[in-house]
Amino acid sequence: MLDLDASLGERLGMEKIIEEALSGHVGETGGLITGLRHVQERCGFVPGETVRIAAELFNISQAEVRGVISFYADFRDAKPGQHHVRLCVAEACQSVGARAIEADLQDRFAVKMGETDAAEFITIEPVYCLGLCSCAPAAEVDGKLIARVDGQRIADEVSS
Amino acid sequence: MSKQRVYVPLDSAAVALGADDVVDAILAEAHSRKVEIEIVRNGSRGMHWLEPFVEVEVDGKRLGFGPIEAADVSSMFDADFLNGGTHEKSVGFVDDHPFMADQQRLTFARCGQTDPLSFEDYIANGGVEGARKASGKSQEEIVTEIKTSGLRGRGGAGFPAGIKWDTVQGASGDQKYIVCNADEGDSGTFADRMIMEGDPLLLIEGMVIAGLGVGATKGYIYLRSEYPIAGRILNEAIEVAKANNLLGDDVLGSGKAFELSVFIGAGAYICGEETSLLESLEGKRGLVRAKPPLPALEGLFGKPTLVHNVLSLCAVPWILANGGDAYAQYGQGRSKGTLAFQFAGNIKQGGLFETAFGVKLGDLINKYGGGTRSGRAFKAVQIGGPLGAYLPEAMLELPMDYEVMAQNGAGVGHGGIVVFDDTADLMAQARYAFEFCAEESCGKCTPCRVGAVRGEEVIDKLAAGTNYDENMVLLEDLCELMVDGSLCAMGGMTPIPVTSALKHFPDDFAPRHVREAAE
Repeated sequence: MLDLDASLGERLGMEKIIEEALSGHVGETGGLITGLRHVQERCGFVPGETVRIAAELFNISQAEVRGVISFYADFRDAKPGQHHVRLCVAEACQSVGARAIEADLQDRFAVKMGETDAAEFITIEPVYCLGLCSCAPAAEVDGKLIARVDGQRIADEVSS
Repeated sequence: MSKQRVYVPLDSAAVALGADDVVDAILAEAHSRKVEIEIVRNGSRGMHWLEPFVEVEVDGKRLGFGPIEAADVSSMFDADFLNGGTHEKSVGFVDDHPFMADQQRLTFARCGQTDPLSFEDYIANGGVEGARKASGKSQEEIVTEIKTSGLRGRGGAGFPAGIKWDTVQGASGDQKYIVCNADEGDSGTFADRMIMEGDPLLLIEGMVIAGLGVGATKGYIYLRSEYPIAGRILNEAIEVAKANNLLGDDVLGSGKAFELSVFIGAGAYICGEETSLLESLEGKRGLVRAKPPLPALEGLFGKPTLVHNVLSLCAVPWILANGGDAYAQYGQGRSKGTLAFQFAGNIKQGGLFETAFGVKLGDLINKYGGGTRSGRAFKAVQIGGPLGAYLPEAMLELPMDYEVMAQNGAGVGHGGIVVFDDTADLMAQARYAFEFCAEESCGKCTPCRVGAVRGEEVIDKLAAGTNYDENMVLLEDLCELMVDGSLCAMGGMTPIPVTSALKHFPDDFAPRHVREAAE
């Protein structure tokens, strides 16, 4: 019983956070997308409850909210690992070895591109261009941009 | 005596190469040596192989050092770099550097030179002149200036800007909008990012002039979420512009209002397509709209909207300040003005090079870009982003010109130049073009949504040598269908990298076992 109450309390807390993150953007141009970003900033991902709460607040259907969340690559439906790596896999980075780095990272951390490892230590996602094409290959590790990157540098970054 | 200024770029490329650490090291070293300095976080000069690029001013001229690591800083102080002392990382006076001296910088004139958030710096270096002139002109006069300049959309399509302005100006509506497309998703391009980080007031001024020209009072910058530094700088620059009356209820005393805000996207390449962008800005899925109606007549929230790429808008202040005629003196044929070429991928001197249209592709890659970074033989160049053609060495003589490139099955696009050395596999690149389209298609039209996936499958069969001849026919057929049947450029242009790779590098398309046997 105690556990159940705790999880209910947690859920209510989560709902409150979601509502707070969204409510300031109702009526704003493109407010749903901005609101969803704030939900993700607060929660680390976009929790399922967001669909119902956003639909009520923005006065649109739940299908529309779900449609927006699923359309944009930025929105995640699960918490990422402790470290979040985005590796650029677009052409300019390919021309200087991005594919090899991708293979290296998958080996090193035993995780597939787009997934989180079993220990929830690291999430590796592809990104299509960070605008660092003149000093490729590029990656973003826990929000930090790194140019002329390789697998070792990413490993050093997440273990430091 | 005022404090000696030391310039270290805030540009994402510089930061990604360690500029913030260099700043910390310089401050610490200056502190321990009791030297008074002031750090200015400028934009990048565009010589990215020299980033982090540190500059000081000596006798009124800027002296550059790069690439600098934190570990170099102590020896730079030892060499008295603040007063022009020689150091092994010195590259001499910035303006005299061959990479800079041969450029014709109209749009990027201030980028790297000034403090991006200083209105004083901006005005002292020619800023606001265009907006001042525009504020004394009628809407028709402003639009005429743009028409005279011959400016074409810099986002990739190359549509004449003047016609667009004319359409929005002539449209009736209680509210009109200026929307800046800053969803720079093409691999190999970063010019929008650089100017937004290095001279954000220029973009703001361009949008203000556009507002005055077509009668719009509201503007939005649709910025991709992958550019957080640009987002921060733009928001700060908007506050600076408001405080100096470049934005607000009475722009530069013209009696006209213009307000501006930044909207951050959420990771969708397709939102660089203008109608998809407008849907997204309305808070919806970024599904492409059928045209007509043109956004110029029914754009954001159904109102007349001028949608322009960052660099199109950034060309506007110069045109108004110096006249459309002066702008049209640059370039050749129907490609007027300058373009910011971006050297990317496997190139020795990666960076940004602004010059007039007509420059030879090969000169950009070899003379200014220094050839491949790996030192291996050149194999291919992709120009104009993921929807651009792959060209072989034999075509490097071509001048960068919208029409000439189109006649040769290629495009100038947004000016991105991605170089590949002889280790590149063009069949893999063709497959990637489909892969990318499958990933980023909005899904509204079938040729794009299904065609992209079918394209991947067909190329896999070609590689495996399965029914090779039939699948080759199928590939060509599929490409034709995507070109003719797709709703927008995403599906309609994805075949360009594929068919250009096939045409110029046919050997790469032999089945895998044949290629392996040949090696």
